[in-house]
Amino acid sequence: MNAIDTSLTGKSAMKLLSGNQACALGAIAAGCRFFAGYPITPSSEVAERLARQLPEVDGVFVQMEDEIASMAAVIGASMGGVKAMTATSGPGFSLKQENIGYAAGAEIPCVIVNVMRGGPSTGMPTRPSQADLMQARWGSHGDYPIIALTPGSVSEIYSETIRAFDLAEQCRTPVVLLYDQVIAQLSETVALNGAGHTKAERKWANGPRAAYKPYDTGSDGIPAMAKPGDGYRTHTTGLTHSESGFPTQQPEVVTRNLKRLFTKLEHHRALIDAYEALRCDDADVVIVAIGISARAAIRAVEQCRAQGQRVGLFRPITFWPFPEKQLRQAAAKAKAVLVPEMNTGQLQFVVERVLGKPVDGIHLFSGEALTPADIAARAAALAKGA
Amino acid sequence: MFIDTAAEFDVRDYLRKEMMPHFLCPGCGHGIALRALLWAIHDLGIDKDKLAVVSGIGCAGRLSAYIDANTFHVTHGRPLAYATGLALARPDLHVVVITGDGDCLAIGGNHLIHACRRNLKLTCLMLNNEVYGMTGGQVSPTTSETRLTTTTPLGNQEPHFDACALATAAGAGFVGREVTHHVPKLKELIKAGLKHPGFAFVEVLSDCTEIFGRKNDLGSSPEMVMRQKSNIRPSAYADTVDTPFRPNTLPTGVLSKNNRPEYGASYRRATAEHAGAPR
Repeated sequence: MNAIDTSLTGKSAMKLLSGNQACALGAIAAGCRFFAGYPITPSSEVAERLARQLPEVDGVFVQMEDEIASMAAVIGASMGGVKAMTATSGPGFSLKQENIGYAAGAEIPCVIVNVMRGGPSTGMPTRPSQADLMQARWGSHGDYPIIALTPGSVSEIYSETIRAFDLAEQCRTPVVLLYDQVIAQLSETVALNGAGHTKAERKWANGPRAAYKPYDTGSDGIPAMAKPGDGYRTHTTGLTHSESGFPTQQPEVVTRNLKRLFTKLEHHRALIDAYEALRCDDADVVIVAIGISARAAIRAVEQCRAQGQRVGLFRPITFWPFPEKQLRQAAAKAKAVLVPEMNTGQLQFVVERVLGKPVDGIHLFSGEALTPADIAARAAALAKGA
Repeated sequence: MFIDTAAEFDVRDYLRKEMMPHFLCPGCGHGIALRALLWAIHDLGIDKDKLAVVSGIGCAGRLSAYIDANTFHVTHGRPLAYATGLALARPDLHVVVITGDGDCLAIGGNHLIHACRRNLKLTCLMLNNEVYGMTGGQVSPTTSETRLTTTTPLGNQEPHFDACALATAAGAGFVGREVTHHVPKLKELIKAGLKHPGFAFVEVLSDCTEIFGRKNDLGSSPEMVMRQKSNIRPSAYADTVDTPFRPNTLPTGVLSKNNRPEYGASYRRATAEHAGAPR
């Protein structure tokens, strides 16, 4: 597991927080100094908390006129050099997509929190879901890479929010934090240990202006950004652009730069990838789950193990890019794979593609959360059949 | 009062030579508006390193790429929203928005009224050519009644927006309008907008000669520019509806001004008062 906590030492304040509150505090600890948002259930507590706390750290909070504007303002702030975030839920996430694509294409770091509620459309604003996994990856038009993280507890929302900012800065990309309404609004104790964390900072242009090209990269594939005011006077556009930053439609330049956009994340997989493999080594049945479904699955693993059934859990923490190799490894010896999720099969679709075979799924989309008993019963049946 | 600084102003000092030749059609008014903006920036001595220009999509949106400054060509209709984030995060920058009538009043209309209401220090230059030129000449929110466009083949039946009245009603700190025919006056108006401490909205009546002009048989581009003069009246008469000597004309110049508090300063003041005092 590539969790942030292992790199942190020293005593930390323990606090009882909701997932949304933990997200807000994680953002502050990560160095977020700008938030733009629009009220939407069940994510509004992120905005409410930051409206109070950002001014205390000389940051800016603004409630914009709509979801689109809040995404735009976040990108605008980040183009100015300030770490920035927005938070929303389903319908708002849909509205933000065009500008998320802009951030991906122009390589502007930012963090987008999407608290998943029942859908489609207005759906069930106060009920949980996990049905935005595909939208997080493919929501904006065109081809682009993106990072999406799926924390599974309040504590992990705190640490993954910090990691989201670090990854956004290091990889110059939008990072989506995806969690369901249950962990958004349930309260758990969190060790507020982010203050001692070494924040990742964006690579800023610092050489002579004449030699600087905004999208020319070093060996790591990540271009240094020019901060407005530093004298570089660069152009940023959503049009396909050359290394100079200016628009181009030259086929070879377009191809080269889009390839680089994709490979930049692949080159940083060691940094990006995060997952938890719980008792997968000898498992006959590997459960693959995220968020609150993974919490229920942990209990199901315990229950099955207590009855002598060898069941394990693979939990992606970084969901996009998907930890494919790690899943293949965790499920290599398993005779059956079970995907419990609160949608009609989005994670199962990914798992089947990665493993190259059909797997079992439990799909709940009633607005209720999966229970350990639901998962344990199916896992046990699969274990017996195996 | 108009000060003639034309002799000491060289527009090339503010343009990106590598972006020439520009892509504007012959006779397009947008180049005149761009020159007026850069002239105003020159007159005020605004440091190019501290100048940020945010533009949307459309012919007007393309102008930012020509300016030797920190330039951001963003998504359709959203330059004001991007600029709001940029200006709030970086109050040390001078943020100018260049937008068109479709970008600003149709897809971006919500952002315009709220930018006016919020009154954050931004200068918004809306180039109004009555048409979606980039996409080939479709009807826009400012297309005059009966005008022909590719999507109003029977003549436009929708009433058009008065953008300045809208901005004034929404609370913009500074609202003005000028035509590309009067370049020094346009420059002075933009200067006044740039100097205004809050949100400044400047509408520039600019001609789309190649598409809108041809479609409506409005004559050559010089004829179109000359016609602008008979469509306007100076702001001294702004409150005189249908003046006897120029009925049905648009008022130009500074049309409204207020001194409502600038939002960024208000926010920072409130923040400072509560700094270190967790609530």
